[in-house]
Amino acid sequence: MTVTDLNASGLRRDDRIERWRLFGLASPALLIVLVILVIPVGWLFYVSFIGADGTFSLENYERMIKRRSYARIFQTTFEVSLITTGLCILIGYPLAYFMSQLPLKWANLCLITVLLPFWTSLLVRTYAWLVLLQRQGLVNDWGISLGLWEEPIKMVHNLTGTLIGMVHIMLPFLILPVYGAMRAIDRDYMKAASNLGASPARAFWTVFFPLSTPGLFAGALMVFILCLGFFVTPAVLGGGKVILVSMQIVSNIELFVNWGAASALGVVLLMLTVGALWIASRFVRLEQMTGGGH
Amino acid sequence: MIGWLRAPASETQITHAQRLWLYVFAVIVMLLLVTPTLIVIPMSFSDSQYLEFPPQDWSTRWYQNYFGSPEWMKATVTSLQAAALTMLVATPIGVLAAYGLHASQVPFIRVTFILLITPMMVPVVLIAIGAFYAYVKLQILYTMMGLVLAHTLLAIPLVVIVTGSALKSYDMTQEHAARSLGAPRWKAFLTITLPQIRFAVVTSALLAFLTSFDEVVIAMFVSGGDNSTLTRNMFNALRDQIDPTIAAISTIMVGVTTVMMALAILFGRQGRGG
Repeated sequence: MTVTDLNASGLRRDDRIERWRLFGLASPALLIVLVILVIPVGWLFYVSFIGADGTFSLENYERMIKRRSYARIFQTTFEVSLITTGLCILIGYPLAYFMSQLPLKWANLCLITVLLPFWTSLLVRTYAWLVLLQRQGLVNDWGISLGLWEEPIKMVHNLTGTLIGMVHIMLPFLILPVYGAMRAIDRDYMKAASNLGASPARAFWTVFFPLSTPGLFAGALMVFILCLGFFVTPAVLGGGKVILVSMQIVSNIELFVNWGAASALGVVLLMLTVGALWIASRFVRLEQMTGGGH
Repeated sequence: MIGWLRAPASETQITHAQRLWLYVFAVIVMLLLVTPTLIVIPMSFSDSQYLEFPPQDWSTRWYQNYFGSPEWMKATVTSLQAAALTMLVATPIGVLAAYGLHASQVPFIRVTFILLITPMMVPVVLIAIGAFYAYVKLQILYTMMGLVLAHTLLAIPLVVIVTGSALKSYDMTQEHAARSLGAPRWKAFLTITLPQIRFAVVTSALLAFLTSFDEVVIAMFVSGGDNSTLTRNMFNALRDQIDPTIAAISTIMVGVTTVMMALAILFGRQGRGG
């Protein structure tokens, strides 16, 4: 070994130590994630396998399978999440497309209408819908005075209200990534398609739409995952008639102080979320879903 | 007008007339996105128990209710304190983490990054009951510290993502130059790198503040007694009945958010200009 070799290995070692030191800068953040998220959730995982008599048992999971009420809760959660995601796509995609066609200056102005609700407190928006949709609310007043319907319709404290509120709250999560993907599409592709004789509709469906699907996919999965664990809006607008998994978890703790049952539900909810994320990660990078990929 | 309708609207020669439905649809959706929250503002000045729109008689009684209630005032102070502390804790921790991950080239950065953004992915109910349990053991349930720690957990992913993406477009060789001229790494970071990513850092800080200020579910479990947050009390009030005082509080919260958003846009614009 020559002196240069020794020097080189010394430098490499220094470099390695330096890198690990830099990596150490992430440790306060990692510590918080570990103490407040990973360990407690790990404990919930453990508790879910402890029965009422304090020994290992699968009763918390068996209950979920045996009791009809639990099956219904999971079914409702899935249905609400799917319908919300579907409505968000139907409403959000055209709006994102509209904005992507505008000059950047106008598009940014329109984007404010998406960002304003995005930044506004979830609770405030939920409250707003509660006020608007109630029996003597504005929507009923206007509907009746315009002659659209005669009697006040019950639009809140049920599934309708829950869906309206959830779609409103989830829309920005869909629109933002879709809009981002659409802006990135080279407009010359569309020009080329129409030059080659494609009708506007055909150019859209065979060129533009496929290129926008990564954004659409990322947004739709984000909405679906958020819906699976959603609590505040369905709890307020559902009025106890729409029971989602997250609400059952809360009432298991608050009303019945049954940690085993709550934990088992939590574990299943987490697995569903991880499953959806795993599917997502096969198609898009996670960083892109969270908006960090730009 | 008619000329405009017949003019091509995009590269595909589709005319504006053929696209009219899209314009109408988009405007309706944009209105539906913003009006529900904005309509609460005039309603909060209504004299009626039923929150009429437009209000027949104007009054500030719901604001008097709010400002006159020691409970609401206490909760507001708690929320503002928690939000400010979360901002002060989460921003440096998150920026350090983002910088550490960006600068060090150790093998498992990606895994660490994913670990750091998990608080965004895990259902918040699960975080809430987990934290509730942990806090009972650590004896920090219903304390400001516990609340701030849990909110910091939620804010870390946002700070890491926003600052991380700013670092990606930052040229690290500038920092290398400073260091080769003899500046220690911390000094190079503070004097060269930080000033150039300051807009991302400010945005992260504002996001951290809002995350804590708006958070409901965790606050339901780990805040209580003297340290109940505004959102916790609002949520409980909503479950019982429609109390018009909430409309007044909502209006104030929309005001806080708008100011924050304006600040962020203002900083963002400077960021692009400079």
